[in-house]
Amino acid sequence: MSDSDYSHILRRDPRGERIARNRLHPLHSTVAVQVAETLGPSGLLRKNPHAVGFIGPNGIKRIDRLKGNAIAITGRRNAQSSQEVLLPLHQVSEPDFTIVVVPDMVGGRLTAHDKDILGQAHQLARSMEAGVAGESTGAGAVMAVVFGVSKEESFDKAGVDRLLLLDGAEYEGYCPEQQVAALEQVEARLKPEYWLFPDSVHGGTDLGSRLAARLGERPATQAWQMNTETTICRGASGSTDITRDTPRLLMLAQECANPVDETRHEALSIEWAPVQAVLPELHDLGQVAVDPNAIPLAEAEFILAAGNGITNWEQFHATAKALGATEGASRVAVDDGNMPRFRQVGASGTWVTARVYLAVGISGAIQHMQGIGQCDKVVTINTDAGCDMVKRADLSTIGDAEKVLDELINLVDTYRQQALHNQNGEKEGAKNAA
Amino acid sequence: MQLDANTSMDLKIVSLISVGKHPTSGRARRAEQDGRAVELGLTLAEAGRGKQNLTVLHAGDSQQSALRSYAGMGLESVRVIQLRESADAVSPLTEYLRKHVPDIILTGVRAESGESSGMVPYLLAEKLGWPVVPRIANIVSIKEGVAEVLQALPRGQRRALTVRLPFIASVDNAAAEPRQSAFGPANRALMEQQQAGSETDTVRSEWSELPARKRPKRLKVVKAKTAADRFKAATAKPQGSGGKVLKDKTVTEQAQAIFDLLLEEGVLR
Repeated sequence: MSDSDYSHILRRDPRGERIARNRLHPLHSTVAVQVAETLGPSGLLRKNPHAVGFIGPNGIKRIDRLKGNAIAITGRRNAQSSQEVLLPLHQVSEPDFTIVVVPDMVGGRLTAHDKDILGQAHQLARSMEAGVAGESTGAGAVMAVVFGVSKEESFDKAGVDRLLLLDGAEYEGYCPEQQVAALEQVEARLKPEYWLFPDSVHGGTDLGSRLAARLGERPATQAWQMNTETTICRGASGSTDITRDTPRLLMLAQECANPVDETRHEALSIEWAPVQAVLPELHDLGQVAVDPNAIPLAEAEFILAAGNGITNWEQFHATAKALGATEGASRVAVDDGNMPRFRQVGASGTWVTARVYLAVGISGAIQHMQGIGQCDKVVTINTDAGCDMVKRADLSTIGDAEKVLDELINLVDTYRQQALHNQNGEKEGAKNAA
Repeated sequence: MQLDANTSMDLKIVSLISVGKHPTSGRARRAEQDGRAVELGLTLAEAGRGKQNLTVLHAGDSQQSALRSYAGMGLESVRVIQLRESADAVSPLTEYLRKHVPDIILTGVRAESGESSGMVPYLLAEKLGWPVVPRIANIVSIKEGVAEVLQALPRGQRRALTVRLPFIASVDNAAAEPRQSAFGPANRALMEQQQAGSETDTVRSEWSELPARKRPKRLKVVKAKTAADRFKAATAKPQGSGGKVLKDKTVTEQAQAIFDLLLEEGVLR
């Protein structure tokens, strides 16, 4: 056991206490706290109010009624409380079976839905390890197959024992055929016990259905409760519950299980021979520009919100246009008539789910913070460094919003022009080559 | 809709329809997404030569009155492959589609009754060996046997895809709303029955089906060891883990930091 395990225990020093009580002890002067009262040069008794008392273990000032005859307790306990607890590491050296999870990885990160499914995978693995009628199947590993570039840093805490990261050029963009080919190879090589997909519009349903059709498995869709024997899934567009035997391939609904939170996992990368490139029948031409203000505020991905700190509204609208962001507003901005009511974010407006929320001149009233509770990344431009919005934000800039927005428009414009320039260059290069 | 002169002459479209279920009353109705599939098929057919290029196909009971509400959209007939309720629809549908070889098959994403697994387009695609395009919002153009399709993505986004004919597409709720169904034409429309051999879905007959239970709400469990931690968890405001604060930096640096974050998150397009 390391020292840190016991460091939060308050330790008394009986000898020190004894010396402090005994004013005749030769070491008394070294232990006792200096009294805050001194005789001034004129013989007047001087009290130093700042020296009265000491800081207790909770960080609260305590006034010592024992005139410095009680010893101060050292503040070790205080330091411990903020220290992060290291969770126990769950290791699977030689897995006897594998459960494969294919997370959505929206924006390159695990979503809450993905984490629930990893939690469900571990529940399944534990109950299989416990075995049916005392017959154990050995240790199992949960493997995540991740396509494309990943920005996720906490695979270990989410419960990934093995990680297969396929981030080659052929996995860029929309490429379900290539992904299915890779999953087929996983099936051939590992014969996973279960395939778990998130039943989501982010591609989990699509990929799961494709694989199910390819493997000839009959999947459970919209499954919300499962164990090794039975699965309950929603049927008839959510109006019935179908209880059925658990198939090998499942598409799980949100909140099907609790995410892993008591263990750390290895997240070992797996060496994988490159999958043969499939000749795709679907060609991705990329996303089409959509008018951001036509997207409902509740489901917009990127919101630029204005508050009381905005004075130049023309510039704000220009910024939203340049960034391609949906416009939002705090209540003050709406009440003052600068923005329409349906743009209001917060408790009495819309609860937004944006991935990136850029708040300009919003101090962050609690009602507003409730409305942005589900946002992933919050960026703020504000003049007050102590406001609630700055505490919540992942990136805050303290300064004049007008100037920062001006500079931001310039940056985006140069970025767009460069991208356009590069595209034209490529086209010309292709022409020359032809 | 832009159609190439050569291909539009013999562009055969099949819209697969199912019997919908009203979410509140539970009555049989025209399904939302299947209605959109018929609507998209009608628009495609009207842009081409005429309505006879569109076949609206249902596998199930031809006596079902909800099928009439599809016919009321201006169809002369609805083709029905007569099946028992317990029968599996995929193999008779595959047989029919193999025989008639359409260019485009349109379906809804998920049925509103039955298992509603949304597997039909995928199973048909696998059996026919065609590509499947999930959740389309529109077919923009068909030129020289290649269709440009708009796919609906979450958060109101669209993705453009090209795919060679023939293909199967499931139509998302983002597609154009189906036109109104008229009662007279609905009653006059012909239900063309076809008999087909089918197998009973034995797997499904073993399942038990009940009205949906309300799902338990997830509880927020605080796993704090000390009273102070529990108190903090109960009273503290939700806060981020402490972000980066740029103070006393030049405007250029601040804007650059924001720009870099937006670029990294991939929201600048």
